[in-house]
Amino acid sequence: MIQGPVSTVLVAGALGFVTISIALLGRVLVGPTMQDRVIALNVVGSNVVVVIALLAAAMDRPAFLDVALVYALLNFLMSIAISKFTVERGGVL
Amino acid sequence: MVGSVLVAAFVAGGLFFAFVSAVGLYRLPDLYTRAHAASKSDTLGAVLSLTAVAVAFGVDVATLKVAMLAIFMLITSPTAAHAIARAAHEQDIEPWTRGEN
Repeated sequence: MIQGPVSTVLVAGALGFVTISIALLGRVLVGPTMQDRVIALNVVGSNVVVVIALLAAAMDRPAFLDVALVYALLNFLMSIAISKFTVERGGVL
Repeated sequence: MVGSVLVAAFVAGGLFFAFVSAVGLYRLPDLYTRAHAASKSDTLGAVLSLTAVAVAFGVDVATLKVAMLAIFMLITSPTAAHAIARAAHEQDIEPWTRGEN
């Protein structure tokens, strides 16, 4: 279904997203406030979702898309939970 | 073939906007501007790349899953950034201003 050159393009795109995510880990480490780290982690998580979807298309395995969906859901829940937790100090969670 | 050119264009656009969001996260001065850069340009980059995946799969059940994933990220990524920015505001983190005015 998926031809050779298209697969190469998709793998190259996934490599680019992985490089950008590794560069963003610097902001996760140095971010002055807690919220800076959470925002950078959220961006890294959505990049990981995109990488999983790109690899699913490149290797022609649609089952990987379920992994990407669950990862996107967990990424959203992580951001919401941390933001609630830093405000209420255990009042919500 | 038209499909492969379209896939390459969408992947390149997605990579460009992900790069813009990374530059914004590094270079902008405070939390709120960084949240702005991260939420908008990263959402656009993710949706463009998922469109490339959908084009690569063609007409299939997998395309429906990719479309659902794109819609989900389109909704949840700005929502998460908004929640984090509001949490920072409720913790009395001051926004950055240019000089004293």
